[in-house]
Amino acid sequence: MAEWICRTLRDGGLEGEHAPALTINDTITCSLGSFVFDHILSQLSSFIHSQKSQSSGIVLVAFSRSPLYYEQLLKSKGYNVSASTWFKVLDCYTDPLGWKSKLANSGIIANDSLGSSVTAKLCKNVKDLDEVSEMLRHASVSSVASLLSELRSHGQVSSLFWLIHSDLHETRATAALEYISSMKATVIVQPMDGLRGNSACLSLMENNLKRGKFNVHVKRRNGRVKTMVEELYVENSTINFAPFSTEGEVISQSLVPKVQFNLQLSEKEQNDRAKVILPFEHQGDGKNIQIYDGRKSLNESKGDSEQTCLEKEDSGRGEIIYFRDSDDEMPDSDEDPDDDLDI
Amino acid sequence: MANALPSNLLDESLGGSSGGGRMILVEDCVETSGAFVVHHLLKRALNSHSSDAVVFLSFSHPLSHYDRVLRKMGCNLSVQRDNKRLLFLDMLALDHLDRNRGKTSEDILIALYGEIQKAVEISRSHEARHHITVVIDDVSLMEVDANGSSDLVLDFLRYCCSLTAQFGCSLIALNHGDVYSTVDQPNLLLQLEYLADIVIKIEPLATGLAKDVHGQLTVTNRNLRVDSGKSRSRIHNFQFRIKDNSVEYFYPGSKT
Repeated sequence: MAEWICRTLRDGGLEGEHAPALTINDTITCSLGSFVFDHILSQLSSFIHSQKSQSSGIVLVAFSRSPLYYEQLLKSKGYNVSASTWFKVLDCYTDPLGWKSKLANSGIIANDSLGSSVTAKLCKNVKDLDEVSEMLRHASVSSVASLLSELRSHGQVSSLFWLIHSDLHETRATAALEYISSMKATVIVQPMDGLRGNSACLSLMENNLKRGKFNVHVKRRNGRVKTMVEELYVENSTINFAPFSTEGEVISQSLVPKVQFNLQLSEKEQNDRAKVILPFEHQGDGKNIQIYDGRKSLNESKGDSEQTCLEKEDSGRGEIIYFRDSDDEMPDSDEDPDDDLDI
Repeated sequence: MANALPSNLLDESLGGSSGGGRMILVEDCVETSGAFVVHHLLKRALNSHSSDAVVFLSFSHPLSHYDRVLRKMGCNLSVQRDNKRLLFLDMLALDHLDRNRGKTSEDILIALYGEIQKAVEISRSHEARHHITVVIDDVSLMEVDANGSSDLVLDFLRYCCSLTAQFGCSLIALNHGDVYSTVDQPNLLLQLEYLADIVIKIEPLATGLAKDVHGQLTVTNRNLRVDSGKSRSRIHNFQFRIKDNSVEYFYPGSKT
């Protein structure tokens, strides 16, 4: 499914249509969005490099990571981008507010430049924005949204994708950006309920650093929204996607807390428990529970019971016949049981 | 000064020696102060390699305070300062950065960043210093200095983070989690957690006060790209006890 997204971005939009746009969304509890971003970037680079793509280049707008990082990332995948013409980075990381150039102008610091930082002028290119959360800090939602819309409708942009951390913004800001995009990929925590205890929390947190659920919503042309789910996990700095499964390594959803003694019953214990005969009225022998209502005298009832006793004596089994004198009181009853005392 | 420090649980969880190019966020609260972690990291930065340097940005205490504390731990800050291994920027002094001359907060922070970058550049050119650590104590007091603008503080910290990419230095910042946790959108806290490679949270014990255990530490290594090759745990949780001259770290239940 992640491959499907990459192919959609690779193929671009049809003539007369806006370019497909993908929003990658994550939160601090499962912040694997940057891995997804890197993965899509690598895949698109491989398509462009092998000339299997409609677009002829990538322009990356870097806000949160340095251009050098991306150079090294693509180099590790085998693409030497420093000498290439198809990969350009717009460096908004090193000096986004112009502090360094201000200081350099007043001679306080040396003006070093980092890696590749060239603006682009290519036909038909893919644009990536990492990350829009940083853009939203400096500009209003409407200006960012209008920029993204303009990019989508630009004739030379074949597709567009960006990363946003949804817990850093108001819901309306994230929603506005999701409306603009044609695809939305959200990285969320894999649900695992029923865990208690500090060690369980830690292992859950550790798990969330490496694994997550990958939800994708795709808006089709006819208006239908298609939803797909996958599992993602990060291993050795690479991300892997797998079909979503509810079993597998999901920790058992038992509500029993993790303690050092055994709170569960084994099968033999369960069988033995079922065989225990309960005393008095809970024997479940089909008889109705009789409540002594005070109208019969005790002697009479005794007589009855004696008779029943005699009858049953032959069976050689003793029997206790118990007449309750009242219904069970509800636990929170206001009645004070000592009310009838006459002291 | 010994070059090799005896390793404790905190050092092990941070992994490696100085580990250049990292941002470490130390998050504490009123019940459990994280100052001891800052002292430990400061001592570590000054001890690990004879050519390492520290730029210390202090908004909360003067140099004499840290000198007193670190002396008990076996580290002489005045000597380090004289050897040009420690640059102490005392933000408590009013005339520092011409604050009393009515400059805007932004200008003050820009100037402060300029000082830091200049110090890093000079330090690197001087005797090929291997590693520079920038320590900020602490972020919430920086916000006071910036007249409450958390955006400015975040801009400043992002610029400092760019130094980690440009010069390979480390950044250590102390922040108070409870100062920001009660606002509607704990933005600055979250932004810093996103920026950080390692988050060290210092919290009281879930069970309350104890005589022998003063709190717990949770060290989260968020940077999955730095893989040591073997699958190490990314999250470490252990407890601590602050003694007169040092701090003891131990796993829950293993304190004798």
